[in-house]
Amino acid sequence: MLTQALFRALDKKAIWVIAIFLAVAVLVPMANLLIPPGQYGHVPTYLVSLMGKYLAYAILALALDLVWGYCGILSLGHGAFFALGGYAMGMYLMRQIGSRGVYGNPVLPDFMVFLNYSELPWFWLGMDNFWFAMLMVVFVPGLLAFVFGFFAFRSRVTGVYLSIITQAMTFALLLAFFRNDMGFGGNNGLTDFKDILGVSVQAQSTRATLFAATAIALALSVLVCSMIVNSKLGKVMIAVRDAESRTRFLGYRVEYVKLFAFTVSAIMAGIAGALYVPQVGIINPSEFDPANSIEVVIWTAVGGRGTLIGPIIGAIVVNLGKSWFTTTLPELWLFALGALFVFTTLFLPKGIVGLWHQAWGRMRRKTEHAERPAPPTPAQSADIERGEDPASFGHEAQPKPAE
Amino acid sequence: MLILRALRLVLLALPFLLLPSNAIRAQDAATDIPAAIQAMGEANLRELEQIVADLAATGSDTVVPVLTALGDGNLYLEETSGAVLIERGSTYLEPLSGEAVELGADADLSKIRVNNGLRRDIAAALAGMTLMSDSPARRLTAAQGFLANPDPANIPLLDEAIAAETDANVLKAMQAARAVTILGDDEQSVADRKAAVPLVASGAGRNALTILNSALNGAPEELAPTIQSAIAGLEQERAIWGALQNVWFGLSLGSVLLLAAIGLAITFGVMGVINMAHGEMVMLGAYTTFIVQLVIRQNFPGLLDYSLLIALPCAFLVTGAIGVGIERGIIRWLYGRPLETLLATWGLSLILQQTVRSIFGPTNQMVIAPTWMSGSTEFFGLSITYGRFWIVIFAIIVFLLLLMVLNRTALGLQMRAVTQNRRMASAMGIRTPFVDAMTFGLGSGIAGLAGVALTQIDNISPNLGQNYIIDSFMVVVFGGVGNLWGTLVGALTLGVANKFLEPYAGAVLGKILILVLIILFIQRRPRGLFALKGRAVEQ
Amino acid sequence: MSAHTDTMLYLDGVSVAFDGFKAINNLAIIVKPAEMLAIIGPNGAGKTTMMDIITGKTRPDTGQVLFDGRTDLTRLDEAAIANLGIGRKFQKPTVFESQTVWDNLEMALKKPRGIFSTLFYTASDDDVARITEILETVRLIARKDELAANLSHGQKQWLEIGMLLAQDPKLLLVDEPVAGMTDSETEETAKLLREISQTRSVVVVEHDMSFVRELGSRVVCLAEGSVLAEGSLDQVSANPVVIERYLGR
Repeated sequence: MLTQALFRALDKKAIWVIAIFLAVAVLVPMANLLIPPGQYGHVPTYLVSLMGKYLAYAILALALDLVWGYCGILSLGHGAFFALGGYAMGMYLMRQIGSRGVYGNPVLPDFMVFLNYSELPWFWLGMDNFWFAMLMVVFVPGLLAFVFGFFAFRSRVTGVYLSIITQAMTFALLLAFFRNDMGFGGNNGLTDFKDILGVSVQAQSTRATLFAATAIALALSVLVCSMIVNSKLGKVMIAVRDAESRTRFLGYRVEYVKLFAFTVSAIMAGIAGALYVPQVGIINPSEFDPANSIEVVIWTAVGGRGTLIGPIIGAIVVNLGKSWFTTTLPELWLFALGALFVFTTLFLPKGIVGLWHQAWGRMRRKTEHAERPAPPTPAQSADIERGEDPASFGHEAQPKPAE
Repeated sequence: MLILRALRLVLLALPFLLLPSNAIRAQDAATDIPAAIQAMGEANLRELEQIVADLAATGSDTVVPVLTALGDGNLYLEETSGAVLIERGSTYLEPLSGEAVELGADADLSKIRVNNGLRRDIAAALAGMTLMSDSPARRLTAAQGFLANPDPANIPLLDEAIAAETDANVLKAMQAARAVTILGDDEQSVADRKAAVPLVASGAGRNALTILNSALNGAPEELAPTIQSAIAGLEQERAIWGALQNVWFGLSLGSVLLLAAIGLAITFGVMGVINMAHGEMVMLGAYTTFIVQLVIRQNFPGLLDYSLLIALPCAFLVTGAIGVGIERGIIRWLYGRPLETLLATWGLSLILQQTVRSIFGPTNQMVIAPTWMSGSTEFFGLSITYGRFWIVIFAIIVFLLLLMVLNRTALGLQMRAVTQNRRMASAMGIRTPFVDAMTFGLGSGIAGLAGVALTQIDNISPNLGQNYIIDSFMVVVFGGVGNLWGTLVGALTLGVANKFLEPYAGAVLGKILILVLIILFIQRRPRGLFALKGRAVEQ
Repeated sequence: MSAHTDTMLYLDGVSVAFDGFKAINNLAIIVKPAEMLAIIGPNGAGKTTMMDIITGKTRPDTGQVLFDGRTDLTRLDEAAIANLGIGRKFQKPTVFESQTVWDNLEMALKKPRGIFSTLFYTASDDDVARITEILETVRLIARKDELAANLSHGQKQWLEIGMLLAQDPKLLLVDEPVAGMTDSETEETAKLLREISQTRSVVVVEHDMSFVRELGSRVVCLAEGSVLAEGSLDQVSANPVVIERYLGR
């Protein structure tokens, strides 16, 4: 069963994407470590970490795409899962500092000494063990998503309502993590990391390794997503996205389908966060900011949702743009981002990938005079796009009162 | 008193017309006041004590300045003339008339010295005298003074004053003072002290709890239960007032939420449009107020007190116009795609924020409260600031106006028609695009009004709207979409709940709890508190 | 309850009101195993609401809804009812437009519906054969790899009927199956439904009288949420009340 599913996952374009990121995982660290600085082809270490950060974002965008692009659930709280994974990793890294902190306490991180903690809170126990911490990286976001999703999907909270309560969820976590007595370092979060698995976080080889790990994690994420979306479950997910109640009348438990996608996606987001934290060296409550979660949505939308490559492209392109803007024209970045939101939703509903498909399809039709049937008309695909019950298909674009 | 008044009438015709009337009464008394004052100059401490007692016994208001000055060490003897004078700053006053005295070059002043024991006597004497004063306000102050510094020696004085008192308020204060004194006096009988407890509880105001608690400390066994039950009663009362105060704070917060959310209730409820830029409309309303006040301060300073009122229509028009622009420019292309609308309006909110930040800078701006909105008042036990009070009133007015627009005007009728059946409305000749634009403009305009109100309680910064957008959505979702009453109930409930959770959980945790409760609530009732029902809704 | 063991669908005393409006009022309908029932009636008679009640979309305020003589449908949700063996075709054809005809049928095919069994599902030869057979029945074999969105209205109707067949239900609820079909397609549909009703119970809601006549089944006329008349088409259409309220003079 599993082998068949894997085989199915590896056909089509997914295998190319996976191969590319595996190659990147090998080549970039090699270019960094083996080619001496100054020589042609050398990749400086800061760039390796920057690219590693982008790839972690790409995993996050892919995770969101699994729920939004394929299952129609627009989560505005995926940043929360990302941050929770990041915090789990950050806790492990804090415990590795040991007595090298400013206060020299062998057990308690600096901020706890500062806040007069006498002993480690219970949820910090065991976080000095790498494998336990990694378990928490997947378990905590997964559990939150499972519990949250279980209640939300069971009572059929859908559409914008779900979006708003996911936003409320991450907002509540933002407020909670800002509190000093939560035991997560409050405002400042967790930082000043020293070691990971016994080697320095700052070391060039560690940075290259972290990059490779991120690239491999991205390749694996593509594999998992490809396996899911190419299975019959993937088809049911799309069915849920397009016509939720019809799927129910076919006998599928829509709430479980959504719950599965949501939980898997949250776990992926958590892993992305865990890979992100050691590369940027800090995790603080601002990662829970609802604005961050919405930014993830725009990466996915720009790249093209409902495709596996789209969110990856989107995450990388938008963040490249962000890096460029914030260094050269910092005051214009928010204008650019805002305009990107408006432009993408109005003119690029299928993102870059959709644009490319369109251009490619037009070119091919011209050369082949293909007798292939016409692709769905724009109106029809807009209907599908909406993710609405087909009962309402065929209407013109018109406002409907919220349900 | 009648006799006194008659006497006063007679004396009006007399040449010493300008003398204070009480001085005349003093002349009737046994003590010769000017002589007694004169005697103070040469008296030793014991004699001084006697003179103070005599002066106090006259009960005349005229001796008050002398006694006060003596107690404060401001009473001097002019050695050469033997006159007793009150020092005030660099001038010296005649003690009875209060007129300034020209001192000769050979004046030799020496202070009339007092000791602590005498000072106490003077204070008691003054209190006793003011207790008999003609002015109810003064008598009240005196009674309060006795209440604050109870001394068993004053009981007879208080008894006398109570017997003569005619003003109900003052009487109550005197009785309370007497009760406090009795309660604190170990030598009084237990029965008397017991009887005093309820009077203390009802009359001693804010200090009652402290007084009773300190009395409980040394109380004999028979007395303790009475005091304890009185304390329990007071604490309960205080809890009720505390709760009422919380309700008021909650209503005040709720009305702010209502103002912020009600525009959203229109755009979301009537049109199904998620406007993430709604918070920015509020922010723009606040900045409009800021500009209006700036212009008024520079050009028409006389109107400064009315700048908020002038800002209201301006803010409504500015944000309403921007709203119409947004609807025509962006939102109408995205109807039927709520998630895309959400994203596009979010992008818009980023642009609006950054625009305002570029123009006005990231720092907070100030709008000065008009005089009629500053200050506060006590309403029974509640302290109510005028600013908050007017916001509550304003929120109610806006709500009622909106209800009227929706239910009584042609636009409201068209809006409801379009909500219920767009095609049919269109077929009936309603220009649905126009109605859409107007609806969105109305929702945005109300957000602008909310912005005007928020200038009074929040900083005006580009991020102003961000602080309210999630709360506003919670209100709309909690109250049920498409129902203004639901929004009202939702806003007030959330406001009050927030303020009640705050003391137990702290402000941040309280807010988190509210969010969690709403998330759980939506599980139970996905369509909110006041949901529409029926087949039509589900499609 | 034992009295209803010979029924496939048993509705009695069913009422539902939306904001005071009685959409269904004391409705009683019985469908026997392997029987076809046609339901006619004016707009707003409650036909679609009745289907919503049977399939679990709407909960009745009062009344009994039994499937197979024993299962109380009012306690179950849509998915559970579908898995019991009740299939529904909607008034507007609702197929999954962004997926191929084949995938539409594959999803409908009677197979375990659990998360992991669908995740690791691989079509067996039997499944492929069954889908191919259905495709031939509904004449969509040539278009099996096309997106459902590209089908004509009538073809979508057929696809939905095909999905019903793939579900292999004991009871089929078919809402206006021939809207948008040509005459010959209509004829074919009637033939297909008659064939299905040899082994299963079928409830058809339709306005097209000639189609109802072709079905040759028992007919129930609904109006204002309750049964107006019942019997053969000739009997029902001769009923003066039906003529007054629905058919017109």
